[in-house]
Amino acid sequence: MRRNGVFAKLFSLVFALFMLAPLVVVVGVSFTPEGFLEFPPSGISLRWFRAILDNPDFIDAAIVSLQLGVASATIATAICIPAALAIGGGRFPGRDALQALFLSPLTVPTVVLGIAFLRFLSTLGLNGTFWGLVFCHVVIIVPFVLRLVLASVVGLDPSIARAATSLGAPSLTVFRRITLPAIIPGVVGGWVLAFITSFDELTVTVFIVNPATTTLPVKLFSHITQTTDPLVASVSTVAILFTVALMLVVDRIYGLDRLLIGEGSH
Amino acid sequence: MAILELRDLTKRFGATTAVDHFTLSVEKGEFVSLLGPSGCGKTTTLQMIAGFETPSGGSILLNGRDLRSVPARQRGLGIVFQTYALFPHMTVEENVGFGLEMRKVPGDERRRRIAAALDLVHLSHLSGRYPRQMSGGQRQRVALARALVIEPELLLLDEPLSNLDAKLREEMQLELRRIQQEAGVTTLLVTHDQSEAMALSDRIAVMQGGRLIQEASPFEAYDRPTNAFVSTFLGKSNAIDAHLEETRDDGAVLRCGDIRLAGPPSPARPGPVLISLRPERIELCDAAAAHVSGRVGERIFLGDQWLFKVETSLGELLVVRPNSGRREPEPGETVHLSWRTEHLRILAAEPAA
Amino acid sequence: MNQDRARPWLLSAPALVLFLVMLVTPLVMTAVLSFNSFDFYGGIKPTFGLENYADVLGDSYFYEIFGRTFLIALVTTLICALVGTPQAYFLLRMRPLWRSVMILVVLGPLLISVVVRTLGWAILLGNNGVINDALKNLALIDRPIKMMYTSGGIVLALVHVMIPFMILAVWAALQRQDPATEKAAESLGARPATVFRRIVLPQAMPGILSGSLIVFSLSASAFATPAILGGRRVKVVSTTVYDEFLNTLNWPLGAAIAIILLVSVLAIMVAWNRLVEKRFAGVFE
Repeated sequence: MRRNGVFAKLFSLVFALFMLAPLVVVVGVSFTPEGFLEFPPSGISLRWFRAILDNPDFIDAAIVSLQLGVASATIATAICIPAALAIGGGRFPGRDALQALFLSPLTVPTVVLGIAFLRFLSTLGLNGTFWGLVFCHVVIIVPFVLRLVLASVVGLDPSIARAATSLGAPSLTVFRRITLPAIIPGVVGGWVLAFITSFDELTVTVFIVNPATTTLPVKLFSHITQTTDPLVASVSTVAILFTVALMLVVDRIYGLDRLLIGEGSH
Repeated sequence: MAILELRDLTKRFGATTAVDHFTLSVEKGEFVSLLGPSGCGKTTTLQMIAGFETPSGGSILLNGRDLRSVPARQRGLGIVFQTYALFPHMTVEENVGFGLEMRKVPGDERRRRIAAALDLVHLSHLSGRYPRQMSGGQRQRVALARALVIEPELLLLDEPLSNLDAKLREEMQLELRRIQQEAGVTTLLVTHDQSEAMALSDRIAVMQGGRLIQEASPFEAYDRPTNAFVSTFLGKSNAIDAHLEETRDDGAVLRCGDIRLAGPPSPARPGPVLISLRPERIELCDAAAAHVSGRVGERIFLGDQWLFKVETSLGELLVVRPNSGRREPEPGETVHLSWRTEHLRILAAEPAA
Repeated sequence: MNQDRARPWLLSAPALVLFLVMLVTPLVMTAVLSFNSFDFYGGIKPTFGLENYADVLGDSYFYEIFGRTFLIALVTTLICALVGTPQAYFLLRMRPLWRSVMILVVLGPLLISVVVRTLGWAILLGNNGVINDALKNLALIDRPIKMMYTSGGIVLALVHVMIPFMILAVWAALQRQDPATEKAAESLGARPATVFRRIVLPQAMPGILSGSLIVFSLSASAFATPAILGGRRVKVVSTTVYDEFLNTLNWPLGAAIAIILLVSVLAIMVAWNRLVEKRFAGVFE
């Protein structure tokens, strides 16, 4: 493989700066000792990080987001594993339609999903409830989980399961001892991606929360649209650090490119 | 005169030396194979000739011109890649014409030469196809036409047949030889397949560990291997540890354990040696005429021949006999083996691995 | 045999039930809602008519919003393709260590909330923001360039949000390419620029086209970025729907706008796929 020339290196450098600039600015601003947004900050102060502790709203929202992410990612993974086994296990009438249905939340504009969920939940009187939110998030994140689990199911040699069956293993044992261990990287990757997607979700969630179930992105969004003080920057910085930590762990375990492309690379 | 000359060509990757002072010259019109197991440095050598790797030392001369500062695109070599590397978004015709286009060959001449090249590889009827719509053998021919149409001074073939199944591979060997001779192009083939190298080449250069081990015609390399590696890499061979007792002008005296054997004259000095004996040169005979006797351990039917594994006091010997319909010894039977003295090859003993 | 046929359906049953209840039903209800009528005193009335669609399609105000939305999405897509394609190629050619670093830089932001990323752009683009301050300090300008509350600012931030998708799509296509094709072209006499234009780019094209589709449809329905950077001054379709639902409370009208968005995005996707399939029939799988 040929290596990059000077132009390519320069291009990549400028591009990396472009990608990092808004994040660097947010983190930088959060350390300001002043009461307004300034970059670079005139000094280093943890004032606005302490301010988070005085705003239980943000902490409550973060807790809701964590619970929501864990619950919806877990449910989505649990229903995606059998679905992926069905879809990845061979042709059957209706398979393509089923797969298209499960991936369709990716193609429907999120704002449309948001109002659809709002209409549905408010008709049932469930709008703003935690479990209402959970199931809406499950629908949104199923495509992400399904793609990753499906990729590992498809990559599976079907004769391995047949070999286990021929050795006398009942089908549940085949799943537990042979299939599940083989697809576990895809399952874990899918869960993490689903958790992150749920944790970051705004457009749908903004329609279906109430003050008690406000998530962190919604809280940040409504705060930003009213005022931009360094508090949103410090909260964002914490969120960035949390994501970066999660990202580094995932990159170690599964590979970030595999997680996001949904297939083996290299 | 030599079209290609490699002089002390060396390539180091960090601490490992992939190609080690490799010297070889290829004459005009010749078909030469670089043969060796994977990792022997043959592919790296080809990459350096093509201009995709920079040598750490030594030189490459094409028609007497040093290629050191010539970029790959100006070397004018025809290359057939292991994966064929056809451009998937171009038709056969566009693939073959690409090199002419780069050389700004005018349209009329370009069409004529594309047609001639496709004719040479018998693909004229498929000129509008895309590579994906073709079989492996057809893609192989397109790759060949694309490399030949630019009338290269040297054609480089990088394991060109390794992606084909066994039967097609044999057909393509004959085809490749025909095309090479029709085009009259000097050719360097890189392969790990000894039968391919023997079937195609005028000369074989056997490589191991980045070094040239033997350079000879296929017959000579097979018949007179210069070391144990070549003897076992080219075809099957019985390698017998022995001790060279004495060498005379009319022959040598060898001892294997308790057995004394006569050998051909050898320049080797008395001491431990290795005897190489081809399985097809061993004959069955009477007990009286036998060099050694043994019991048939296994008998394997290969269609046109039988392969026997005979347990003897020299160790297990492979014996190959053509299937001529006669009765052959059964497993467990005692057989007596003999051979003509000149078929023994006395090689330097392998250092203990 | 019968059990075998039921097996995939039994396995998919939980997901299928969830999708029927939680996705199909809500979408159908929204479609129905878009045919209902609304008045400010009585709320939603269960009538059935096309008034909302007539209102939207007959009002130049909405045309402007739809036009702006699709223009922003189109420009974002073009920039993403122009920048993302070479960047994906450079990524492929990097040394493994640099490539891992660059992958973190390119893909990492995907995992960070769009709200946070857009906040960064708000800080950068404001009249007293980082960019304007820097330009003023360098004495290149004396009055701030207006970037907040402009379509240009939204496009810039959307490119940042969307370009990882483009790079991923192009990169996936480039990885399917046989690296020897570049060497083959080089050995046939092609210069590096020719290799890129004639060999790499056509093979990356399926990735560019599918990436463009993703970027376009996500940009056309993006909410957070235009809401924060455009506010009420630069409205797009999704922020208009948001206002109809949560401020004006005219749900049927909002639903009609949303359904028009859904239908037009789906129509563009279908047309695009047709076009791509026709163009590449037989060439790629």
